[in-house]
Formats: sequence, structure tokens, C-alpha cells
Amino acid sequence: MIPLLEVTDLATHFATRNGALKAVDGVSFSIAEGEIIGLVGESGSGKSVTGFSILGLIDPPGRIVGGSVKLKGRELVGLSARELRAIRGREIAMVFQDPSATLNPVLTIGTQMRLALEAHGSVSESEARARSAEVLERVGIPDAARRLDAHPHQFSGGMRQRVAIAIALLNRPKLIICDEPTTALDVSIQAQILTEMRDLAREFGTAMIWISHDLATVSSIASRLLVMYAGRIIEEGPVANVLRQPQHPYTAGLLASLPANAERGMDLVQIPGSTPSLFDLPPGCAFQPRCDRRSPACVVMPELTSGGLGRRRRCHHPLNGGSA
Amino acid sequence: MLGFMIQRLLQALVVMLVISALVFVGVYAVGNPIDVLISPDATQQIREAAIKAYGLDQPLWKQYIDFLGRLIQGDFGRSFLYNMPVLDLIGSRIPATLELTLVAVLGATLLGVPLGMYAGYRPDSIASRLIMTLSIFGFSVPTFWIGLVLIFTFAVQLGWLPAGNRGETATLFGVEWSFLTANGWKHMLLPALNLSLFKFAMMVRLARAGTREIMLTDTVRFARAAGESEFTILRRHVLRLISIPIVTVFGLEFGSTMAFAVVTETIFSWPGVGKLIIDSISSLDRPVMVAYLMLVAFFFIVINLLVDLSYAALDPRLRTRRAA
Repeated sequence: MIPLLEVTDLATHFATRNGALKAVDGVSFSIAEGEIIGLVGESGSGKSVTGFSILGLIDPPGRIVGGSVKLKGRELVGLSARELRAIRGREIAMVFQDPSATLNPVLTIGTQMRLALEAHGSVSESEARARSAEVLERVGIPDAARRLDAHPHQFSGGMRQRVAIAIALLNRPKLIICDEPTTALDVSIQAQILTEMRDLAREFGTAMIWISHDLATVSSIASRLLVMYAGRIIEEGPVANVLRQPQHPYTAGLLASLPANAERGMDLVQIPGSTPSLFDLPPGCAFQPRCDRRSPACVVMPELTSGGLGRRRRCHHPLNGGSA
Repeated sequence: MLGFMIQRLLQALVVMLVISALVFVGVYAVGNPIDVLISPDATQQIREAAIKAYGLDQPLWKQYIDFLGRLIQGDFGRSFLYNMPVLDLIGSRIPATLELTLVAVLGATLLGVPLGMYAGYRPDSIASRLIMTLSIFGFSVPTFWIGLVLIFTFAVQLGWLPAGNRGETATLFGVEWSFLTANGWKHMLLPALNLSLFKFAMMVRLARAGTREIMLTDTVRFARAAGESEFTILRRHVLRLISIPIVTVFGLEFGSTMAFAVVTETIFSWPGVGKLIIDSISSLDRPVMVAYLMLVAFFFIVINLLVDLSYAALDPRLRTRRAA
């Protein structure tokens, strides 16, 4: 069976004065219909750029320099602006981090939803209102028909993000890319939105890429986890499996540094060192300067190899039973 | 809203009172009109009779109080020079200036904003560089020089357009207008072009700066991710978001051009208020000067009010804040 989305060797670079910045460098993964995957990494690891690359939304000086993105077998890299536009919002939609920045403050919710509908075919005013109200109702906005005439500032942060999610759902896309959609919200609202999004995805049969720096959030919604570091995927596998038995030392470090895993009264565990600059990556494995398992072999870039049970990792010295 | 209007009305009254005092004292300081009005070889009796007739024998404060007293009854006094009510005199000149100003400011906005938005949308294209060069030209070359060059080129050398005057007019609402006749348009074209060049340059810069800023926001990214076309994004999102500074400058430019189109009106001998005020200054026609300057102040108050009201129409966030 063809996967819904298949990303192969995707490379997105940004031309800068100091040479090419390889924000995404050889990323491959695939998603089945209705599947939710989590894409985890620190800021600058390339997770958001991966999301934008799938939609072809990379602004200059950035550019997809290689690889392929296939939606149900159809190549998206290299499509014309017009062809890409027909896919955005209709086949693949996106939700961003901060709803107060994404929604247009001077247009009513109804107008913004109508613009999203009209982007994919003409609809009458009443038809647009009916469909918009229906989707708003679905994402949990009470009195939706009346709220169509409200402006974004008249909603709370959580409600605003629900509106943004409703706009993403309007054209019933097969895939929604969620770029940290709960990061800007209160913790209690975060949990609500997470649960609702998972239910919506299940109900609509929508697949999701959930991008986040927060392992805990991602693990509560995704079934599969991809961990990114310095523009590459370094570990991949079913969520429960990766969390219980991380194979890459970086994933293990991330897990150890979660406050929930800390021992009472002890300092929080940290990964030594800091994320390397993308301009100045060490040779071979990008994590090796911070790694306590490094060896001379690590100056050669390890391949993403299988670690059994649908797992892959990019490491010469994996943990938890995976021998290189 | 009602409270806001009452507050603004009181504010306006105070401003007008202060302006009237300032203008009155200022005009008094310019010179004694008797020296200009009466021929130097007139007898002492004629001289004194004239001084008495104009009320110039009274002390300044008394003259001012009398002036205010008449003002309350809507009487700005009579022109020394034309011996007719000042209000009628100015009223007869306003339509000429009003239509010239409207054509210039509207033309500059309708042309400058789209070109500026394009220059902001594609800052590196050749067309954008051309637009920006034109705007630098509009900013830096003095109005009187351009006026003379326009006359020299189009009126003297090519003989396409007339060099001055209003041309044929037609009556609408009991007022003579040039824009109702083809010949009137021909006469208006050069002075309007002359007046609008600077405003055009300003609108281009304003629209360009706003567009460049808005294009980088998540609002635009989110609209793109929903599949909206670039044209829709520019027209529905960006134009609305940059409209507040544009409306502000439109108002200010409209006001200042109405009041001080002096240079252009003089060069093109356009019989508007600008020429009237220059004539009244050189003949020390005090009532005209005072009434004119007060009208200008009043005009700006009205424009500012309209601009503030349009803010509320353009940005819903301001509406709620005011109501709260």
C-alpha cells in the first residue's frame, strides 16, 4: 500500500553569507492514512522547516535542494506555485504555534474561514457560513453561528487556537501539520486541545504530524516518534517503545532531563554541552561532542539503521540492546 | 461613542478658541493694514475715518472681543480689499482648491498604494527598483521646480495642455466645478500632477514598508498554508493590515494640501484659496487671514476626527477598547 505521505532524503538549505545553512539534511519518513506521528527536537533541529518544506512554504533564501515529498504517490517537490496552492489547505493543512499571530486581527472569523474555503472553489455566502459554523461547532466553539461575526481578539487563547484548527479542518485535509500548536497555551488548555485534536483526527481520519520540543505532549498524542537533531532524524519508533528504551544517547539524555523523571531532591539531569551551530557541525555524528558513548568511529556519519520492532536510529553505539 | 463625540467636540472648541487668539495676535503683528489700504497722500481726516470704520482705533483686546462676539453670530467680518463678507469670499474659492486637492491626493493614493505594495512584495524586482527611484525623485525635487518643468514641457514645448487657469466649469449644487468638463480636466491635469508627486512618493514608501513587514508575519504564512492565492493575501489581508497608517497620511496630506497648495496654485494661476491667502497677506487683509487660518484649523480638526473614526472602522480591536 502506498503511504499517505512519503518523505525521502529531503534537504532544505538556507543560503547565507557564511555558506549554506543545512536546516534539513536528508530526512526520510512516511505516514499512513490517519496516523499521528510526533516530530521532536530542540529549536533549530529542523523540525519546523521539515513541516514547511512538505507544504512548499519555504521563503527565500531557503530552498528545497534535494529529496522528494510524495503525497499518495504524487511528487510535490518541483510542483508549480499554482499546483502547490491547490494542495495546501485542501490535502495538507497546517496549524501554527501562536493563534494570536496567525489569525488576521482585523477580519472576522467568518471572513477568514470564507477566504480559506474560497481558496478551493467558489462557495456562496450562506453555504460558507453554514460549513464554517459546522466545523467551529466540531472543535468545541459554543454558539458558533453567531461567533462567525466576532474578531480574533474577542476569543480567549485556547478558543483562538480552536478557530485556527477549524480553519485547517475546513477543507477536510488528509494531513494536518501541527507546529507546536499548544506551546503558547495554558497547561490546562493544552491537555484539552490535545485530546480534542486526537479525537478529531480519529473521527475525520486525518493524519497528523505533531511538531514539538516537548516530549511529554507529543507522546500523549502520537503513536510514532521521530527525534531530530541538527537537521537529521536520529531516532524513530513507536512512542511507548522509544520512551521506555531509547536507543540514541541523545533521546536518552532528553528523557533523563524531563522533570517528571527526576529524583526528588536531586538536581535535574542535563545533557552536557549545547546544541552545535549548523554552520559549525562536528564531523560525523553531530551529537558526538556531547555524547558519553563516543568513540573514534563517530567521526563518520552513522546511517539510520534498523533497531528492530519498527525502530531506526542513527548511532554507532546504540543503547538498549541495539548493537550497531 | 456618544461620550467620545462630546469629548471631541469640547476639545475642538478649546482648540478653536486658542487658535483664534493666536491668529489674531499674530496677524496684528504682521503690520498695519491702513498703510496699505489708504494712499499715503490722503488727508488726516480720511485716514482717521478709515481707521475708525475698520475698528482699528480700539485696543487689541477690545478688537478681539468684538471679533469673537461677531464670530458667535457666524460673522467673520468683511474683507478690507474686496469689501465683501470674508466667508463668501473664501467660500467662492474653496471648490477650486477642493477639487484640485481631491484629484491630487486620491490619484496619489490609488496609484501609490498598489505600486508600493508591489515594491514591498517583490523588493528585488526591476519594476520595484524603478518605482522606488521614482519615489525618491518625488521626495527630493522641489514642487515649484517640477511645476515649471511641467509647464515648460507640456504647455510651452509640446502644447498639449494649458499652462494655467481653471478652464471651463459646470455647475453642480450651485457651485462651479472643473472636473465636470473635459476642458476643465485638461486644465487640472498639470497642477494635480504637480501636487500629487510628493504624496505619491510618500504613499509608495508607506505601502512598501507596511507590506514588507506584514509579508513576514505568521498571518500571511497561515493564509498561504490554507491555499489562498498571493493576490487574495495581498488584497484581503495585507491591504487591510497596512491601511491605518495610509489613512492617517491621507488625512494629513489632504488637510495640508487644502490649506497650503499655495505654490502650485500660484504657478498655475489656479484661482483657489492658496492664491487668495497669498494676496491677502501681501495686502494685509486681516479679516481674510484670520478667517482663513481659523478655517484651516477647523478643517484639520474635522479631518482628524474622520481619521480617528475610520481607525475604529478599520481595526476592531480599537472599537472594543473604546467601548470598554
